[in-house]
Amino acid sequence: MLGHVIERVAQALLVMLVMSMLVFTGVYAIGNPIDVLIGPDVSQQMRLDTIRAYGLDRPLWEQYVTFLTRILQGDFGRSFVFGLPVLDLILSRLPATLELTLMAVCGAALIGVPAGIYAGYRPDGVLAKVIMAVSILGFSVPTFWIGLVLIMTFAVELQWLPAGGRGETATLLGVQWSFLTANGLSHLLLPALNLAFFKLALLTRLARAGTREVMLTDTVKFARAAGLSEWTVLRRHVLRLIAIPIVTVFGLEFASTLAFAVVTETIFSWPGIGKLIIDSIQSLDRPVMVAYLMLVAFVFITINFLVDLTYLALDPRLRKARA
Amino acid sequence: MTAPLLEVTDLATHFHTRAGVVKAVDGVSFSLRKGEVMGLVGESGSGKSVTGFSLLGLIDPPGRIASGSVRLGGQELVGMPGAHLRKLRGKRMAMVFQDPATTLNPVIAIGAQMRMALEAHGVTGTEQTRERSVQVLTRVGIPDAARRLEAYPHEFSGGMRQRVAIAIALLHNPELLIADEPTTALDVSIQAQILAEMKSLVAELGMALIWISHDLATVSSLADRIAVMYAGRIVEAGPTAAVLRNPRHHYTQGLLDSLPARAEPGHDLVQIPGTTPSLLSLPPGCAFAPRCPRADAACGVMPELLTEGARQHRCWHPLGLEVAA
Repeated sequence: MLGHVIERVAQALLVMLVMSMLVFTGVYAIGNPIDVLIGPDVSQQMRLDTIRAYGLDRPLWEQYVTFLTRILQGDFGRSFVFGLPVLDLILSRLPATLELTLMAVCGAALIGVPAGIYAGYRPDGVLAKVIMAVSILGFSVPTFWIGLVLIMTFAVELQWLPAGGRGETATLLGVQWSFLTANGLSHLLLPALNLAFFKLALLTRLARAGTREVMLTDTVKFARAAGLSEWTVLRRHVLRLIAIPIVTVFGLEFASTLAFAVVTETIFSWPGIGKLIIDSIQSLDRPVMVAYLMLVAFVFITINFLVDLTYLALDPRLRKARA
Repeated sequence: MTAPLLEVTDLATHFHTRAGVVKAVDGVSFSLRKGEVMGLVGESGSGKSVTGFSLLGLIDPPGRIASGSVRLGGQELVGMPGAHLRKLRGKRMAMVFQDPATTLNPVIAIGAQMRMALEAHGVTGTEQTRERSVQVLTRVGIPDAARRLEAYPHEFSGGMRQRVAIAIALLHNPELLIADEPTTALDVSIQAQILAEMKSLVAELGMALIWISHDLATVSSLADRIAVMYAGRIVEAGPTAAVLRNPRHHYTQGLLDSLPARAEPGHDLVQIPGTTPSLLSLPPGCAFAPRCPRADAACGVMPELLTEGARQHRCWHPLGLEVAA
């Protein structure tokens, strides 16, 4: 087990290193940040000085080595635009996206998985057909459109919920969170619903497909023959047997939403990292882009690792194979 | 003579498929006394497993019990509300399946699976469920049972896994156990062990056993009586020795002839010509007629199940009883 963890950490470090190279050269290839840093009306001398000050006159490999050395010391540089340390900037925006994503993904799982299990358990029922119809909508209607409809309905027409912003926040562990206040929660609801819609559809269909398959197996028949109630069969047997694909998709969706919630964040003016990265791309804010993409890689690696650990907890056969 | 434990009368289980109505079980009747072992024999698709599931009320749509009666200890099970039936399943009647690799849940420790089966019938509490599980596992021959409760199905061999499945079926000392080919997926030597174990369990617990199998050899060593099924009907039934020694139905004779043990060394195994008919398009008369060496015009009409003493057969030209023409 420990050997497995060490192996995974080594793999993760390698991926991060490769990622840092790709990101650095990729970002280096677009635009000239010097135009962002200084106005067009400065003297040629000042321009050259600035270029030298940022090390932009050095060869690419040398810039990369400097960049890597700094990162290893925990220094991601300063944002060209905000003049703040990049890490502080990202970390100040991350909680907003984190709570939005968590609420969306967890809400989707808590509603989608039971709905899918039900639809798989009673595939011919009316409710099952309604669930499946809604899930098709969730797949096919674009996120931004649903977001606009949600705002039109609940914020403009009914005026039940606010249309944007984070609302009041409260402090927990030195970080501002919206979900801790009633007002913040009301601001969180619509964007989370918007983000959750696609995931809800995905998890519903996954749970339904798994359930339909598992219900036909001898495991379920044997459990019924032993007199287990249908509820126990679904909760104890079926849920465990369909869990692995659901956890996989849950992890991937969580990571990708955390990284790319930008459409929803824009529509609902949610001050998260999705908006930050779009702004930084527009203004060619290189340090922010690089740090952000590294962070995304890190998030994916971490979540995949956690998903793998969950597999081991869910399926004892994997434990043995890896021991 | 005491009243039978199980009385099945004219049981019919039909599956309403798009292609038509499949009469998987069509008018099956038999009864079983306490402590009696009945072998239910037939080829794949003869309806023997569906009969077993029908007794437990475990027929899923599109199938349903179309008619007939199943009485357990005098209580009618057909038409009983699902919740009542569930209380009987696992408690008074239990079932073991063919492949233990698929019946046990691969991701739940066997102790937890046994506990679920115990809790389903009101036995709760860690101590109590543990104690009972260890007791039953030990009884079916799992060594070091207390330690094995934490183990998962894949950590057992095939034979041991089937013993665990049997233990789960026996947790509540059922009066009736239905075993659906429980040794088919196992090695021959393990088969013999399980058979011996079943024999002693039946004797010790006094439960009635329905042993479903396509294999006359295993059935003959275990069953008091044999019922042979073909295309959803019982075609012959009677005491094991009598049926095996002097079969009345040509299908039973065919099954016996095709046993490998009866083949002449160096010769091909004897086969019954043809295949099991599709249950969607059964001939109006005897379903075995197209494959029967003795079939004639009379077989175009369905023969009744005739009783002679302890035996029954459904044939116009029963073997060993043929009138000299």
